[in-house]
Amino acid sequence: MVAYITIGAFLLVLGLFLWVFPESSILEYGYSGLDSLFSTAPYLFMFLIPAVTMRSLAEERKEGTFELLATRPLTDWQIIIGKYLACLLIVLFALLPTLIYYYTVYTLGNPVGNIDTGAVIGSYIGLFLLGGAFVAIGIFASSITNNQIIAFTIAVFLCFFAFSGFDSLSQMLSLQSYGLENFGINEHYQSISRGVLDTRDLLYFLSFIAVFVATTKTILGGRKW
Amino acid sequence: MSIQVTDLTKLYGKQKAIDAISFSTQPGKVTGFLGPNGAGKSTTMKILTGFIPQTSGTATVCGFDVVTQSQEVKRSVGYLPETNPQYLEMYVKESLAFIAEIHKLHNPAKRIAEVIEQTGLGPEQHKKIGQLSKGYRQRVGLAQAIIHDPQVLILDEPTSGLDPNQLVGIRQLIRELGQTKTIILSTHIMQEVDAVCDDVIIINQGKIVASDTLQGIKDGHKGKTMEQIFISLTSSSV
Repeated sequence: MVAYITIGAFLLVLGLFLWVFPESSILEYGYSGLDSLFSTAPYLFMFLIPAVTMRSLAEERKEGTFELLATRPLTDWQIIIGKYLACLLIVLFALLPTLIYYYTVYTLGNPVGNIDTGAVIGSYIGLFLLGGAFVAIGIFASSITNNQIIAFTIAVFLCFFAFSGFDSLSQMLSLQSYGLENFGINEHYQSISRGVLDTRDLLYFLSFIAVFVATTKTILGGRKW
Repeated sequence: MSIQVTDLTKLYGKQKAIDAISFSTQPGKVTGFLGPNGAGKSTTMKILTGFIPQTSGTATVCGFDVVTQSQEVKRSVGYLPETNPQYLEMYVKESLAFIAEIHKLHNPAKRIAEVIEQTGLGPEQHKKIGQLSKGYRQRVGLAQAIIHDPQVLILDEPTSGLDPNQLVGIRQLIRELGQTKTIILSTHIMQEVDAVCDDVIIINQGKIVASDTLQGIKDGHKGKTMEQIFISLTSSSV
């Protein structure tokens, strides 16, 4: 139920931004590209993915059903990875319908088909990896509390900070020389969006996800409740 | 020895929930685990099922250590937690199928039908768990505990919330299961101890104050009812 509403809200808001609101509308933009899709989606994900993930572990703990899972022959890893993949699948289902926008722009282009397909594919891969990173943050936030609202708030903050916080910090005068922006998701997301799948960016996302999933495992293993 | 507990201690912060307890149980026996609220019954059961680790001491279930071989322990134990947590939005059969899948049962549909029959869930089997009364939810919990035919059953207050008719049925079921399995059950109802238990362990403030067969305990306190024995053993230090 949460999933349907979240996917619905994601598609509705994205549709409004891309086709109706003049500032970000593809039709007003005049160029056949999906740039505004890929610049809007991370900010929508920032709120919607925590909404999907906030329940995953926090509610299990609050309702005690975590005991039901943990006393069955399942390892903590299986439980966490299961939750992670379930949430990631919802993100994937939210992304799939937007492929139709690619077809729309492809057809509207003049001449028809005048769209940078490579960049679009790269951007989708980047967006999916970004979703994966946000899900990892969300699952982590859900594991440190049994209150869903707190889990949501922490996840939104961490997503926002990981996405653009490092960019902003790196612009501070005294920090300019340290290359802080490389820690942020945005830098790597932009890099993949150009259509070049660099192993460094891929490695960044995979290790980002691994760090948060591993931290979640440590927290669950502690059983401090 | 299907359950062997040696010097088991659990600290919550500085508070000792259980303090160096030792006991063992055999197959074919139903052991009543008694004690006042907060005595450490649920804590002991949570350690035995591998849900929380102990502070010191060892516990083995069917020869498997609860910490180092927790997966094997969890496979051979059926556990009904005190709060009987359930996914309320699941249907009865759906939740049983979910548990059956975790245990990778070979013929889940047949086994689900069997446990529904055994626990008397028949009339309610097409409802969502959230729609069931407490007694029926308790039966779902029990059905989940026995679905994989475990050698050891750990039941934390299995009969709470049941009406008198249901009580008789569930006690009968526990007795039947107890013929072949090792069962540990906690309860506050002393008639229940008389009705289903072979052995009794009484625990107070984290320490075992009595551990014997039901008959042995009664012989040691001539002429007293189980209730009076319980009160005399557990109230002195409170």
